[in-house]
Amino acid sequence: MADDGGIGDGRDRTPAARADVCVVGSGPAGALVAHRLAAQGADVVVLEAGPRFEFSRRREQQEQHIRPGMGDPWEMGGPRDDYTTAGKHYPLNAARVKGVGGSTLHWQGMVMRLHERDFEMETRYDIGADWPIEYEDLQPYYAEAERELGVAGAMDNPYAPTREEPFPLSAFPPSYSDSLFAEACERLEIDMHSVPNARNSEPYDGRAACQGYGTCRPVCPSGAKYTAESHVDKAEAAGARVIDHAPVQRLEHDESGQVVEAAVYTTPDGTERRQTARRFVVACGGVENARLLLLSASDRYPNGLANSSGAVGRFFMDHLFAGAGGRLDEPTRQNHIGFITSECHQFYDDEEPIEGMKLEFLNYAGPSPVIEALHAETWGDELLDQLRESYGTHIAMGGLVEQLPDAENRITLDPERRDDHGNPVPHVEWSLSERTTDAIRRANEIQHAVLEELGASIEWTVGPDATGPAYHQMGTTRMGADPDESVVDADCRTHDLSNLWVVGSSVFPTGGAMNPTLTIAALSLRAAESLAESL
Amino acid sequence: MELTRRDALGALAAAGATVGGAVLAGRFDPPRADSGDAAPGSVADADPSLSTELLDLLDAVAEVLYPAAVTGRREFIEEYALGRTEGRPAYRDGVREAAAQLDAVARDWHGDSYAALDAETRDRLLRRLGVETADPDPDGPITDRIRFYLVDDLLFALYASPAGGRLVGIENPIGHPGGIESYQRGPVNIDDPDSDGGNPNG
Repeated sequence: MADDGGIGDGRDRTPAARADVCVVGSGPAGALVAHRLAAQGADVVVLEAGPRFEFSRRREQQEQHIRPGMGDPWEMGGPRDDYTTAGKHYPLNAARVKGVGGSTLHWQGMVMRLHERDFEMETRYDIGADWPIEYEDLQPYYAEAERELGVAGAMDNPYAPTREEPFPLSAFPPSYSDSLFAEACERLEIDMHSVPNARNSEPYDGRAACQGYGTCRPVCPSGAKYTAESHVDKAEAAGARVIDHAPVQRLEHDESGQVVEAAVYTTPDGTERRQTARRFVVACGGVENARLLLLSASDRYPNGLANSSGAVGRFFMDHLFAGAGGRLDEPTRQNHIGFITSECHQFYDDEEPIEGMKLEFLNYAGPSPVIEALHAETWGDELLDQLRESYGTHIAMGGLVEQLPDAENRITLDPERRDDHGNPVPHVEWSLSERTTDAIRRANEIQHAVLEELGASIEWTVGPDATGPAYHQMGTTRMGADPDESVVDADCRTHDLSNLWVVGSSVFPTGGAMNPTLTIAALSLRAAESLAESL
Repeated sequence: MELTRRDALGALAAAGATVGGAVLAGRFDPPRADSGDAAPGSVADADPSLSTELLDLLDAVAEVLYPAAVTGRREFIEEYALGRTEGRPAYRDGVREAAAQLDAVARDWHGDSYAALDAETRDRLLRRLGVETADPDPDGPITDRIRFYLVDDLLFALYASPAGGRLVGIENPIGHPGGIESYQRGPVNIDDPDSDGGNPNG
């Protein structure tokens, strides 16, 4: 009987012999790196804090999402995931998933490239920070990432950065709701275009085409939506070993302080175990990446590992949601699908404000009848009347607004609160600057103009007060050329330790206003090359 | 609005039951001469997993919950309820338990089984129990469990199905794998069952 760490499933959770590469975290960043390296013959071990969610249970998880009283389908929360906040509340556990596949398990699957300007905000505008790479450096990796994730898209976006080839899958056609927006937008000279989706518009890479379940976020039962489980499977097929229920407590370095020697993880039976390796890759998400480095403080590095710059945990950013919606006096056909088919990136590169913004034409405005029925306080004909009254004519726009890096927005360890292993929980300090709220206001102005042109009665606006994060945690282990000001170099290798890489959106020096996962994937593929070369 | 087997299967798909139509049909079709020598454990041999009394009760609850215009309810419930509890013994036990408790309340208050009461009394009984405003909770007090296992289960079945959705104006409701055509279409005569955005795989 294998030592399964107390789970009872018979899977061996003991450390492997010294591996070539130990990857901490199995979200898209970790999974892509693990797959790339395993495919090239490296001996790879992946340690994942959360469980493996079997695909066969996905429709039950969908029911958990739709029906009240069934709990979180991804089991987030509790002592394992505890955290504290200061400033504007950050709902961390709604914003991430711990499990094989990471937060792609619950993501919506929007995959845009950053724009050229996002890599040089400091040079162009004297704000934020330049990346140590340019768009052109990342461009081939973006194309590769689109193939890996299976991106459905079209070349109809005049505002998108240069691209070399069509998308691997054809775009999802625009919705009926999009067609209602189209005339109003045309009159206002606002361009609509397709949206790149990491979702199969046709079968791709062994996964099904979209079946229209309508619950992309948080559960896609068809498997059409990309999750990093795909690359975890491929990594395992290529020989990588994936240990779930294995939260890493800290990284330990050698006496010289030059290299990491082991990742110490604890299995549910309380046993602490040490995985040694020649290379380590930290890929636990924008908050836990910083936290793990801080938890790995030693006599040599009292402020945390890879933190000689003091930047670990600092410059925490997210994208801010801005939106508005209301009703039309005609059917709008919402909530058939759970994804977006048209956006507007026309204002992204504007200089007033400089903050990037993208606008979304929602296909899920207003309540879904089934979800409303389950929360209703009546039934029978009275319920049907209520549902008919509330469904059918809603229309809405959303959008993301850039937040510039600010050293005071940060992740630290909270000494007052401990997790289930006795480690201090992450403390999220997060506030919005006036610049950010101004940019949100500008997004609202455009949204109101479109809705008014459409003849909608505007019933709600998410502006500077009601805004919240888009659940894209970025910036906490920023990339840069200068070791005094950044944590990792352009290859995502830490400046301080020669065998330690950090991947994910935590390395973004600035975040633009595009959903980050395609950039996470592109950077991870690029980091995998430098890792492979180092081996 | 006629509920059909197809709607039940759609609702089952939404509910995560991995039961084929043929299997369900086998549960209720009268035994045929040529099925007499079916192998032990095969579909034709299997006992229905829910008793007639329980199905009577579920149908009686559904009559209260579903709009008056819905027809074909009994068949829908039978197929849905059976398929739904397939392979989920804990859930099935929860349904049975909540049903038994509801029946016990009916006998205490009205001297008869829940299904034997008239529809108005059944409606009133649920409301007097506080089920309308209860928080569904599979582990909560009886009112919350009735809301979870009986009321929400049956409302979920209806409104996550194309037939239930069509009553409201959406032929491909959330939870139903109705393909990617319906979202592109403008308002159509969605009362036509053939325009229900049916599963692209048939």
